Amino acid sequence: MSAGAGQRNFVEVLGARLIGSISYIGGMAILLTQAIGASKATLARSSGRQAIVGQMVRVGVRSVGIVCLVQTFIGVILALQMAPPLEPLGQVHQIATIIGIAGFRMLGPILTGVIISGFAGASIAAEIGTMVVAEEIEALRAHALNPVRFLVVPRLLATLVMMVLLTIIANWMIAIGGYVTALLVLKPEVSAGYWALMQENLLLRDFYSGLIMAGVFGVLISLIACYEGLKVRGGAEGVGRATTMTVVYSIVSIVLAAGVFTTIFYVFEF
Amino acid sequence: MCDTDTTERRPVIRVVDLVKRFGGRAVLNGINLEVHPGETIVIMGGSGCGKSTLLRHMVASLFGDEGRVELLGQNLNDLNESGLNALRLRFGILFQSGALFNSMTVGENVALPLREHTGLDEQTIDIMVKIKLEQVGLREAADLMPSEISGGMKKRAGLARAISLDPEILFYDEPSAGLDPVTSAEIDQLIMDLSGKLGVTSVVVTHEMDSAFTIADRMAMLDMGRMLKIGPRSEFEALRDGPETGDETGDLIRQFLRGDPEGPITARRLSTGYEEDILATAGE
Repeated sequence: MSAGAGQRNFVEVLGARLIGSISYIGGMAILLTQAIGASKATLARSSGRQAIVGQMVRVGVRSVGIVCLVQTFIGVILALQMAPPLEPLGQVHQIATIIGIAGFRMLGPILTGVIISGFAGASIAAEIGTMVVAEEIEALRAHALNPVRFLVVPRLLATLVMMVLLTIIANWMIAIGGYVTALLVLKPEVSAGYWALMQENLLLRDFYSGLIMAGVFGVLISLIACYEGLKVRGGAEGVGRATTMTVVYSIVSIVLAAGVFTTIFYVFEF
Repeated sequence: MCDTDTTERRPVIRVVDLVKRFGGRAVLNGINLEVHPGETIVIMGGSGCGKSTLLRHMVASLFGDEGRVELLGQNLNDLNESGLNALRLRFGILFQSGALFNSMTVGENVALPLREHTGLDEQTIDIMVKIKLEQVGLREAADLMPSEISGGMKKRAGLARAISLDPEILFYDEPSAGLDPVTSAEIDQLIMDLSGKLGVTSVVVTHEMDSAFTIADRMAMLDMGRMLKIGPRSEFEALRDGPETGDETGDLIRQFLRGDPEGPITARRLSTGYEEDILATAGE
């Protein structure tokens, strides 16, 4: 292959990827707009409200255990890793501040988002993808039932709400994990002043900023999962691909969104 | 082409010069078809001939690149989503797989369109569901999940859901596909009963010839995106039972209707340049 053909091929691939990315983001934006438009109709019907509660149980309640387990250990790890470098500075007691800020602002929402991507995002994509393959989505349309109102809105609202609630739980589990470590492993004065120091140094905005991010992550996860599910083609293979891509894209978008949020919060000193 | 006794009535479905291309290939190439009130028309053709694509155009699932489809007097191209939804309430579809919602019981599947589109109270909906399920012989299966019933029962349940809002037109996509002969005959009987009792217009897409000749008032033969012939069942029966004439279209339809292993369809497959393809590959 000549150098010219190689360059053209490279440009073509790059162009195709760019167009693909733009059309993907555009598709998600359209789906989000449709979901916002249809959410009133979903909330107005008792069947819609029941569907939201059902999805909240599926997304949130079932993943409480795993969120608690993972986040408690994050607190343990943070405490154990931060203690040695703080020791020579005589600042070991400050692990309460570090765990509070890192946990509430970032690790709580991000890691809960990663868990929900694998736990709920993948299952939403697989469920909707299977419905596409089994002609159920076409059947919904044929009965004049909007799949966005019927399927996307309950999953989107449920994931948004449950991400926020799970993150509140996650934040406390990180803090508890740090406290238990301080109590059992570190010096007694660390655990003695742990909660007071955390309360003193944590601002309300540390708490809110994490929850705002958690809500956005919830929208991203459910939107990606529904979008991937709805565009499934080609049977079981397509469902498998949608599931994998949901987890990959969700985690990537969560980290990117966290970067954007952190930058914005830093610039505006929030 | 049309049956003489139905030409006077206004067609409920009109397909006019419909063209649909996928990736530059014309899957439907200038299709014209009229379906009259109360009749059962069977659209036949081999795999990939475009019959399911044509059905999807008639139910506003797909839209053509050229031409138009008119349903109950309305051009589908002129309607927005809410207009299409209003029209969708006036026809029902039996999907190939039944397409039941797997998270709901059979009864809930049938109740769903009633709950969503009528202001009926739950007690009335329950009665309606029982009536619809009884019409397809499935009243006892109301509380079962789709995963707990057979393929034939799924199709009957899908049919009960399709008729839940008393449609004027029923579309059937391969109703006998994957069913044993007895169940297949039961579904045929159901289609004829519904047509007779409810007076609905039926459009059936199939390649099961026994079924087609049992239920059809008129038949239409599609081949490679083109409509080869539309006519009353008697014309197709005469064609099937008659001798070869040398007319390529007639012989092609005859081979399909009879299911002969040799004829214009198989000859066409054999003359697709296999030798040239091999020689060209060897010469590269």
